[in-house]
Amino acid sequence: MTVGKDVSALFPDVVNCMQTDNLELKKLVYLYLMNYAKSQPDMAIMAVNTFVKDCEDPNPLIRALAVRTMGCIRVDKITEYLCEPLRKCLKDEDPYVRKTAAVCVAKLHDINAQLVEDQGFLDTLKDLISDSNPMVVANAVAALSEIAESHPSSNLLDLNPQSINKLLTALNECTEWGQIFILDCLANYMPKDDREAQSICERVTPRLSHANSAVVLSAVKVLMKFMEMLSKDLDYYGTLLKKLAPPLVTLLSAEPELQYVALRNINLIVQKRPEILKHEMKVFFVKYNDPIYVKLEKLDIMIRLASQANIAQVLAELKEYATEVDVDFVRKAVRAIGRCAIKVEQSAERCVSTLLDLIQTKVNYVVQEAIVVIKDIFRKYPNKYESVIATLCENLDSLDEPEARAAMIWIVGEYAERIDNADELLESFLEGFHDESTQVQLQLLTAIVKLFLKKPTETQELVQQVLSLATQDSDNPDLRDRGYIYWRLLSTDPVAAKEVVLAEKPLISEETDLIEPTLLDELICYIGTLASVYHKPPSAFVEGSRGVVHKSLPPRTGSSESAESPEAAPSAGQAAEQPAVIPAQGDLLGDLLNLDLGPPVSGPPLAASSVQMGAVDLLGGGLDSLMGDESEGMGGSGFTAPGPAAPAGMGAPLGSGLGDLFDLTGGVGTLSGSYVAPKTVWLPAMKAKGLEISGTFSRQVDSISMDLVLTNKALQVMSDFAIQFNRNSFGLAPAAPLQVHAPLAPNQSVEISLPLNTVGSVMKMDPLNNLQVAVKNNIDVFYFSTLYPLHILFVEDGKMERQMFLATWKDIPNENEAQFQIKDCSLNADAVSSKLQGSNIFTIAKRNVEGQDMLYQSLKLTNGIWVLAELRIQPSNPSFTLSLKCRAPEVSQYVYQAYDAILKN
Amino acid sequence: MIGGLFIYNHKGEVLISRVYRDDIGRNAVDAFRVNVIHARQQVRSPVTNIARTSFFHVKRSNIWLAAVTKQNVNAAMVFEFLYKMCDVMTAYFGKISEENIKNNFVLIYELLDEILDFGYPQNSETGALKTFITQQGIKSQTKEEQSQITSQVTGQIGWRREGIKYRRNELFLDVLESVNLLMSPQGQVLSAHVSGRVVMKSYLSGMPECKFGMNDKIVIEKQGKGTADETGKSGKQSIAIDDCTFHQCVRLSKFDSERSISFIPPDGEFELMRYRTTKDIILPFRVIPLVREVGRTKLEVKVVIKSNFKPSLLAQKIEVRIPTPLNTSGVQVICMKGKAKYKASENAIVWKIKRMAGMKESQISAEIELLPTNDKKKWARPPISMNFEVPFAPSGLKVRYLKVFEPKLNYSDHDVIKWSSSTFREHLPGPSTQIDRPCGSSGSRLSCLCSVTTHAATEVQNQGTSTIKLLFCWCLTTCIIS
Repeated sequence: MTVGKDVSALFPDVVNCMQTDNLELKKLVYLYLMNYAKSQPDMAIMAVNTFVKDCEDPNPLIRALAVRTMGCIRVDKITEYLCEPLRKCLKDEDPYVRKTAAVCVAKLHDINAQLVEDQGFLDTLKDLISDSNPMVVANAVAALSEIAESHPSSNLLDLNPQSINKLLTALNECTEWGQIFILDCLANYMPKDDREAQSICERVTPRLSHANSAVVLSAVKVLMKFMEMLSKDLDYYGTLLKKLAPPLVTLLSAEPELQYVALRNINLIVQKRPEILKHEMKVFFVKYNDPIYVKLEKLDIMIRLASQANIAQVLAELKEYATEVDVDFVRKAVRAIGRCAIKVEQSAERCVSTLLDLIQTKVNYVVQEAIVVIKDIFRKYPNKYESVIATLCENLDSLDEPEARAAMIWIVGEYAERIDNADELLESFLEGFHDESTQVQLQLLTAIVKLFLKKPTETQELVQQVLSLATQDSDNPDLRDRGYIYWRLLSTDPVAAKEVVLAEKPLISEETDLIEPTLLDELICYIGTLASVYHKPPSAFVEGSRGVVHKSLPPRTGSSESAESPEAAPSAGQAAEQPAVIPAQGDLLGDLLNLDLGPPVSGPPLAASSVQMGAVDLLGGGLDSLMGDESEGMGGSGFTAPGPAAPAGMGAPLGSGLGDLFDLTGGVGTLSGSYVAPKTVWLPAMKAKGLEISGTFSRQVDSISMDLVLTNKALQVMSDFAIQFNRNSFGLAPAAPLQVHAPLAPNQSVEISLPLNTVGSVMKMDPLNNLQVAVKNNIDVFYFSTLYPLHILFVEDGKMERQMFLATWKDIPNENEAQFQIKDCSLNADAVSSKLQGSNIFTIAKRNVEGQDMLYQSLKLTNGIWVLAELRIQPSNPSFTLSLKCRAPEVSQYVYQAYDAILKN
Repeated sequence: MIGGLFIYNHKGEVLISRVYRDDIGRNAVDAFRVNVIHARQQVRSPVTNIARTSFFHVKRSNIWLAAVTKQNVNAAMVFEFLYKMCDVMTAYFGKISEENIKNNFVLIYELLDEILDFGYPQNSETGALKTFITQQGIKSQTKEEQSQITSQVTGQIGWRREGIKYRRNELFLDVLESVNLLMSPQGQVLSAHVSGRVVMKSYLSGMPECKFGMNDKIVIEKQGKGTADETGKSGKQSIAIDDCTFHQCVRLSKFDSERSISFIPPDGEFELMRYRTTKDIILPFRVIPLVREVGRTKLEVKVVIKSNFKPSLLAQKIEVRIPTPLNTSGVQVICMKGKAKYKASENAIVWKIKRMAGMKESQISAEIELLPTNDKKKWARPPISMNFEVPFAPSGLKVRYLKVFEPKLNYSDHDVIKWSSSTFREHLPGPSTQIDRPCGSSGSRLSCLCSVTTHAATEVQNQGTSTIKLLFCWCLTTCIIS
């Protein structure tokens, strides 16, 4: 049976044996039932009687056995019969039966959640948390945690100081496994204040001396999480930090598999709180008999802990490792030396000489790895270690991996002026251009262009050759685009090209491999679990609803650092409706320009066909970021939208060819005139794993659009963006998919204008202008809601005939009239009327009554609702009175808000 | 939680498969076999994720144990559980081998049913399990027996059953230490730490309360001021323990508040505590290896060991293990003291010395003939290891007292300590392929393990009073490395 043979034919015979007195035989029969009941549900019913009888047996072992087995039989008919015995067993006098019954509730919930709720088992289970027997408590906690996980919203595990106290008491008494369940459950609790957090920590710390590593890690999780709430000035905070280090070190003397789990977790802890283990470098030195997975992890942690104080030791170790046998390990060791050089400036020189020694060994993979890291060192310390280039060039022939070849080519290109035969070297690479990987091709293209700019006379032919190879003979769009950019750049203005291509590059940062902070915080909440082993959130590897709940660290309660609490975030959505600072006209123009230039992201450069001198700046802006990209090692990324710096730079050359473009756009802006609110942050990065979305709505002749800026504040590249709206009051929906052409690299942002239409499905929202949006990318799906200004829905044919206006005004009952005050507005009637007209609010008549200007206006919404308005303006009084009449009075308020926003901007 | 548990033999055939959760299908069994057991490469991680299913495995001799899950389980717990599972099986039927597993099919399923429920580990203490999983087909127990079993399995002291009786009450205590040493090529000690274990064998009746005390610096300093004479007697004699972990029978909250180790021991052998120290480690031996490569087919090895303790003390049962390359064809050994032999099956020269006094030195030299190979794979140069017994502990740990108190049975306060002994190992880097290195510099890495065993046995007679005083005679063992 257990080796995979089907013995279900014996079902009736086996069931006959069920009523035996022999406990062992009974267990075997039950095991058989668990395996085959599902395939023969009708036969399984035969067994029910025996189960029910066994649940009444005087022997507690048999009662428990029956309940345990029944829970494992996933046949609907049987679960119905299970309820009564289970209810009894949950209240059994024997703790052994109760603890089995507690787990059985979780089993039943897995089969039929509704049944469990209807039968009230959840309440009974909650009562068991106060049971006198610690093991019953532990199992009840485990069962409740599991059930709660599949119902993230329900407040099943209603943890409060009293129940926490009970759990902490049970913690001292139950088995090692029970302690794990309880600690894992405690980790989900949010203490009210730092006092409570501290008292829980105090009661959890003794667990750090437990022999079971899982207990220790779970205790570490609770402490790491609650520590977040303790103020750093507290004495206790320091004590706790000190107490955490020894148990973590001790975990490294456990069995290798556990060491691996511990090391993966230490890796997280070191990133979150480096101070805990900063003096413990030596324990991470690799031992001869460590399995390879432990060695690799230790190496990772060594680099994280490397500092000026211990760098000498670390380097000596790393050098030793580089002569080991395992290829992966050696490679990682070599790479680690490079990372040390970048991280600890004082050691750079020693690292470089160590790497040179390693290159002398001529071991193929060591040499290649060394060259890759030396490239990074050059980028961190330019013009410092160029003396080694000669040695590197000697090993040119042995490079067969793309990464190493690309690195070498980069070095040659970057230092072309110091390498006498740079052209020969690059030429030799060029011979097999089409067989190279894209990475190498891109690098080669750039390197040759650099070389040309440095030594234009000798290399003209070479550069011609590579440009034609890249643009004409290649079908890789990245390569072709880059080739065209260089080509046009070189043919237009070599001086500018020089500035662009040979511009000073930003130094690379030290820690490119850190886990991004939001993810790290989440993973800290998962210490000890699989998520912490994979360094991925559970949603990445768990199916279904489980694990979708995002855990987060409690907000820091430090004195000054009362940073953004999660509650602060939603209010950002409301900020949209508050009148914000009026942007200077120039800024507004800049915005518009950005908008117009943003979209053609991956196409050929906009200005390419009719380049004018003035355009170079623009291109420069774009190219700079492109160059930046490439030097970040992101070879292959496409043309990215000009960064925010570009519009600022463009302010100056107004009047040049490009200036016309400006004017044009500016013109469009004033013509259509619809007021556009400044962008506000809709989705803060904190809530969306590093994706920040800000935006606004605008309306231009007959089309509504949503202008978004997506900013990647995470450390990983984002791609595969998509957007969707929930049903809303006016049926707003995206008219086209969200087009983000290139993956969004860290710290980059992209501006997108998303056209909208109003043919989506309609559902009345509260407030009326609420819009719920879902944005997806390769990381996750994020939700936010925003309020859109109503005037984007005012259509162009909203001008009513005079007669019609009068008739309608009278026709609409008076109770539908609403009055509002628009305060602090100093415009005169004409200005008001023209301003409003820009946003499709049409003035039909104007009267002057007793020194007051009365404007009669009409507008129409996309769904055909007419709104009539009377605006009373007193020259001496900055407050206007607005009376609105409409058949659907609920829109009035939002129309008023639109008025207010338009008039004040 | 754990969704299923499989046991495979070395060929990848399933011996035991027990599925606890519905989300684990039969194909999981095959997925692990194909992707891990039959994988071409060496296993790169003990956790494998195949198609959103995670597999945790440990290997015991030829047997693979794999736990499977689809959820975000506590990974540390799963591994701890797998080890525990191995312990339980070993306690029931000895070595974990294919044959033993096949012979104990029914027992293993019964155990799996009991210690894992819906993937949640339950009580897994052998002592408790053995009371009701017996494989003897007991048909009925009395009602008292049954409730005793259940209360024990779920009770606070799940590791010990009631009503244990011994004619002679005995308690054995071993201190095992291993020293890890890291040296630079110049012979400097870069780091050294001792990881020690206190192992107990208890054969005591009833529910004895034990208290164990050692020369822990924190405790000594706490009481120290009052009893100045005690510190005077024992000289330096307190040690700073960096960290320690305890068996689950030890009351951790009491240790946290008072630093006292009190517990009710399980019956039989168990590991009471582990500790780690890094300060003031005494290294009993220095080992100086010299390796010379003569041409491509010959290696000359010379190893000197120096004892580094008082001349009046004696180290015993010294065993030095010098690894040889895989392509060794023959070895000639000359040693001045003890016996040395090349063991081809173990790829090592084993040199045994019966006893050696302090401050002496002894050496061995060997010529190793090598078969010419095309040398694709380098030899990993395993360290030289050394095993011995010496009458002191490298960490300086001493047992101060061990008190036993049994409220109902009242053992006597006689106690006889029977014996103590120690064993020891150390590792040095092996004869390397480096040529002509001066002594002690065959690579910077010397990791050496030495272990010390102290056995103290208490025998308690069943007469009147309550506490027990213990006298310890001990032999401790230590080791040193160069």
